[in-house]
Amino acid sequence: MNETLAPVREDETVEPSLPRGSLAKTAVTVLDECVVEIISDSGEGAQRCGQSLGAIAARMGNGVWTVEIIPAEIQPPARSVAGASGNRIRLGASRIANGGDGVDVVVAFNEQVLLGRVRAGELKPGCTIFLESMWRTHGDARIAAAYRETYEELVERGYLVVEVPFERLCKPVVPDPRRGKNMFVLGLLCSLFSFDLKLAREQVRLTFRKKSDTVVRANLALLEAGAAWAEDNLDVKYRIPAVRATEPQIVVNGNTSLALGVLASGMEICAMYPITPATSASHYLSEVFERVGGIVHQAEDEIAACTFAIGASYAGKCAVTITSGPGYSLKQEAIGLAVMCEIPLVVINVQRGGPSTGQPTKGEQGDLLTAIYGSHGDAPKVVMAASTIEDCFYSVITARKIAEAFNMVVVVLSDSNLATSQQPFPRPKFDEAWLAPPIDQSPVPFGTKPYDWNPDTGLIRRIVPGQPNGMHTITGLAHDRDSRVAYDPVINQEAIRARSLKLAALQKTLKAPPVFGDPEGDLLIVGWGSTRGAIEEAVTRARAEGLKVSSTHLHFLQPLQPGIREIMQRFGKVLCVEANWCDRPEDRLIDENNRRFSALAMMLRSRFLVDIDCWGEVMGQPIKPATIHDVIRARLA
Amino acid sequence: MSMPMHDCLIRMVEDDHPLEDYQSGIPRWCSGCGDNAVLAAVQRLCRDENLRPEKLAFVSGIGCASRFPHYMRTYGFHGIHGRALPIAEGVKMARPDLHVFVNTGDGDCCSIGAAHWLHAIRYNMNMTVVLHDNHVYGLTKKQVSPTSPKGLRSNTTPHGSYLDAMNPLTVTLGVTNVSFVAQAVDWIPEAVYAVIRAAYHHKGFSFVRIIQRCPEFLPTMWEPWLRDPEKTLLLEHEDGIAYSAGLQRIYKNRQAHDPSDIHRAREIASSIDPVPVGILYRDESVPCYEDVREAGKPRPIEMVKSGLEAELDKFTVWPDADETGRTA
Ligand SMILES: Cc1ncc(C[n+]2csc(CCOP(=O)(O)OP(=O)(O)O)c2C)c(N)n1
Ligand code: SF4
Ligand SMILES: [Mg+2]
Repeated sequence: MNETLAPVREDETVEPSLPRGSLAKTAVTVLDECVVEIISDSGEGAQRCGQSLGAIAARMGNGVWTVEIIPAEIQPPARSVAGASGNRIRLGASRIANGGDGVDVVVAFNEQVLLGRVRAGELKPGCTIFLESMWRTHGDARIAAAYRETYEELVERGYLVVEVPFERLCKPVVPDPRRGKNMFVLGLLCSLFSFDLKLAREQVRLTFRKKSDTVVRANLALLEAGAAWAEDNLDVKYRIPAVRATEPQIVVNGNTSLALGVLASGMEICAMYPITPATSASHYLSEVFERVGGIVHQAEDEIAACTFAIGASYAGKCAVTITSGPGYSLKQEAIGLAVMCEIPLVVINVQRGGPSTGQPTKGEQGDLLTAIYGSHGDAPKVVMAASTIEDCFYSVITARKIAEAFNMVVVVLSDSNLATSQQPFPRPKFDEAWLAPPIDQSPVPFGTKPYDWNPDTGLIRRIVPGQPNGMHTITGLAHDRDSRVAYDPVINQEAIRARSLKLAALQKTLKAPPVFGDPEGDLLIVGWGSTRGAIEEAVTRARAEGLKVSSTHLHFLQPLQPGIREIMQRFGKVLCVEANWCDRPEDRLIDENNRRFSALAMMLRSRFLVDIDCWGEVMGQPIKPATIHDVIRARLA
Repeated sequence: MSMPMHDCLIRMVEDDHPLEDYQSGIPRWCSGCGDNAVLAAVQRLCRDENLRPEKLAFVSGIGCASRFPHYMRTYGFHGIHGRALPIAEGVKMARPDLHVFVNTGDGDCCSIGAAHWLHAIRYNMNMTVVLHDNHVYGLTKKQVSPTSPKGLRSNTTPHGSYLDAMNPLTVTLGVTNVSFVAQAVDWIPEAVYAVIRAAYHHKGFSFVRIIQRCPEFLPTMWEPWLRDPEKTLLLEHEDGIAYSAGLQRIYKNRQAHDPSDIHRAREIASSIDPVPVGILYRDESVPCYEDVREAGKPRPIEMVKSGLEAELDKFTVWPDADETGRTA
């Protein structure tokens, strides 16, 4: 290594997070997995670098999970601890389903954003840091001093800090190195992880496909420069074994996956109002929906978005509205209308931290009970949750089908964790059955009633405007089989019964959730939504230690899938794990009579009359496998 | 509203619909309620235009006026308070082939649904919107409304209401993309019919305010206007409405008004004494949102498939055969 490299400290009190090289060129070290972060001020391209690295790793055949690191402000001040923007990429030899615990390798464009990550406890002890060194000699003495102080502190803490003058190294290649160094870093990392440069070049071309040739060439040159620098200056190289995929895969984040699901579902109208973290799904949909004859309508507010979608669904094919917590609350009255009138509707809620404006860019699962019991009165609706990026795609297709088959509102829950994470999954193979059939415009047989509730299933056959002889007025008022306002209490109860029965009819078609791990044991973890990857990894680790723990993940929250009771019966204890608060029994005032359980636990306890425990965390960050692993150990101690 | 060609052709070979084909149930409005006048005019319009009942969708919010769709033997959507317009927009976007009517009250449109009203004007979707303005909340039993005259004693303003009334006409005329504004009073059925008919024939968001009496809660409010024909101003124009000789004999206070003159329309709109009746404004050139968005375009499966495949391509990592299994 040259002079830019800090010496590895002799008295290593901190174990290095990864095997480190010596000054002599060493053989490639094989790793099972590695977590990398690239962080910068916003606008320095760390996101793009991270996403490209993830895509290259996917092409290599590695398991990948990427997570966006998003500052809360649009333009946080430069070099600020709270302003870290970038990407975490977890690479593995096999499938990766969450962002992992701590970071092994960090590339930071200034020491302040790095400090933000250090303070958040995201760095593994002894991890390797590639740090932009230009600040050491900065003209502003305070900046130079801050840099040196931080550098000393990091070295003191046992991190391997490799100073790299990124901008100086990029200067000969591009006129604006501040914006180009991200691709230099990409080259460096590709070399560090022994990635195939050919794939890296292809990825760079793809990343900049909308840009001019000059831009593409400059970025390719940066990539090469970064890789060459690493070859010349680094004394370590890693390789994470990979199995090249034999099937095509797609690499997208959860929100893009949801939007692709909307395309594939055959829905034609999406009405929305912008809200973080759901917006990017609508952004992407706005870009592409028209190409397949779809329309994204940005309404004047969420109430309008939801009622617009309801109007569109009523008169045509099932429509969708996409939102997040606060917007979801605004839609409640309209959701009740769709339930009452039995209009199919898909509502996607990409959850964020709440209540109120809460933590717009952070993840939580706090809308579960609102989704199930929300609106007002007795308003049964279907609630599903996506648990992987792939699931986001297929959940929307399934939701549309259920909505139309049962004339119900189907809520699809995702959250900001899935929204911004990427994970490769097998490229979907288009199936015509995904699409909604054309709307029926045939004459309705005389005597057909619009709400002819089936006595067993509660189902009705929807009549669509335009059908001759089918004319009737639907109403949010209690109504009879002819859709006439019902003043008769018997009819009101009959209708409520029918709308309730539909959930049971759907429930009968569902399968039991699979159990991850042995079908019996001491502890069963039950989860839902984006926590799946972390829960299953924690279960795997605990099982490797001999603990008898398994998990199950619920795709449907309303109605609950069959077989859950039987699964739970085969375990000594059941614990719900979710990104929701539950009172801690150790708090002085908390006892059996006042403890608030987390949402899922509350639901399962009331349904199954089983003493289900819960654990949750609302730190805004995805729950880490190590944290859940600790919880499992504690519960089985 | 204009009518698509194929509808016209079908109509030529179809039987005429008598009035009863558009009637459903017995209206539950109070006797003397102005809503009855609107219903009669709309049913007559449907018959005279020989509209196919299954191609009609009446959308409403909540209130006395919003019961309207129940009395039409057509498709109807009696929605929730204030949201008739966005529901109707969704209907129109999904089904531009349907004739969409909206019936809304002054509370429904100008209070709880006010935001939707402004934006609906801007969207300018092809629909006929009737504001049943009885200047009070009827269904919930006499509370002040945004259009109530200042000083109105209502159940929530027992000592008289505090604020000046909002004028729905001037508000509508102030919004970008306004394309049709008309007014009539329920006690001149000929005018109610004429403005609703003109609204129906206008392609765009046709806003008709009907000054509607609520004999239950404001029995005397419009007495002076009923007694004195001078307090009514009939707007006439070759491009507007022609009134019958009989009507002209009673209502002598008439004025020529060119509906393309928005400045004059705003002046006329701000008067309640005399109350203007007729077409205040019309601009056929404003584009309709559903046309801008190309709603109702055919959407073959092939199009969805190729569109989706093209998008998936963007994100696809293809296995490259020659390198399979290269790494350990
Ligand atoms: C969300 C909501 N808030 C309040 C009501 C109660 N409500 C029903 S109708 C109405 C006002 C009706 O007044 P208007 O729109 O002028 O119609 P009118 O009855 O006068 O024809 C109110 C406040 C409701 N149904 N829904
Ligand atoms: S209360 Fe007034 S508006 Fe309502 S039906 Fe009676 S008269 Fe008509
Ligand atoms: Mg009213």
